[in-house]
Amino acid sequence: MAENMIVTMPIRLEYDYSPGAGRSRFLRGLERGKILGERCHVCHKVYVGGGSGACPRDGVPTEEVVELPDVGTITTFCVVNVPFAGATVEIPYVSASILLDGADIPLMHLIQEVNAEDVRMGMRVRAEWLPEAERIPSMDTIKYFKPAGEPDAPIDEVLKRMRADA
Amino acid sequence: MAADEVLRAPHVLEYAYTRSVGPVIGRFFAGLRDGKIEGIKGARGQVIVPPVEYDPQTAEELSEFVDVGDSGVVTTWAWVNEPRKNNPLQKPFAWALIKLDGADTPMLHVVDAGSESRMQTGMRVRARWRAERDGRIQDIECFEVP
Repeated sequence: MAENMIVTMPIRLEYDYSPGAGRSRFLRGLERGKILGERCHVCHKVYVGGGSGACPRDGVPTEEVVELPDVGTITTFCVVNVPFAGATVEIPYVSASILLDGADIPLMHLIQEVNAEDVRMGMRVRAEWLPEAERIPSMDTIKYFKPAGEPDAPIDEVLKRMRADA
Repeated sequence: MAADEVLRAPHVLEYAYTRSVGPVIGRFFAGLRDGKIEGIKGARGQVIVPPVEYDPQTAEELSEFVDVGDSGVVTTWAWVNEPRKNNPLQKPFAWALIKLDGADTPMLHVVDAGSESRMQTGMRVRARWRAERDGRIQDIECFEVP
């Protein structure tokens, strides 16, 4: 009597997305091979990674653009062991928070060219960019970060730098 | 292109879910395919449309299906002047709660009234069925003034 129906329910959301002025500046920078952060004139912290263009602590516009190096330190990371639909990287792989030199908040990115078990907090990494001709205003323009071949940074000091009251 | 120009891009988010609707809604959908609307009798004897698996007050399992009419009364409504792409009608219409004849709860559907001035709480409406039905809520194209 009862029918157990199977239905497909495609949920499709079509956005016309604008990242806004702050994130656009960051993405345009990537297109030119630069990582642009911005400094708050009140707390002097440098934000990077496509923030809102305002300091989350002081609520003021962060208008001073700061060019950052493409080298930084892994502050925390996660080893992905579970495959999922749409994945483009072979498992296991590492996704990490990277505090670029001169920045006060970390960026999230993929770590490659190293075995997952060798990744550690404090590891120094460098961006691997797409060839110049292929760069677009997207985070994908940095393909991943890879070991920079430098000694590890003192992790406690690195983590202290990220504290809101530092 | 200016370096400070604000970017803009299409962004599509899509989830293709496949799911079972369960025995009760499954039967409700099968009924729609056959051109009839079924509710279910609740613990206090009230008729709930669309049917639910468990009584909303007592949580007891429900199983007594009841045929209800395909006409009813609008209990509340909201007029849509500019239909969106995925809306059921591509002309101005009303989303409405409709208490079908024989039901004690109203069901959400669409009323094609032509204009907002013809909408009224308490108005009677009747289902406009699609000729080709396959067991989904859209088997009722909309409700209309009889």
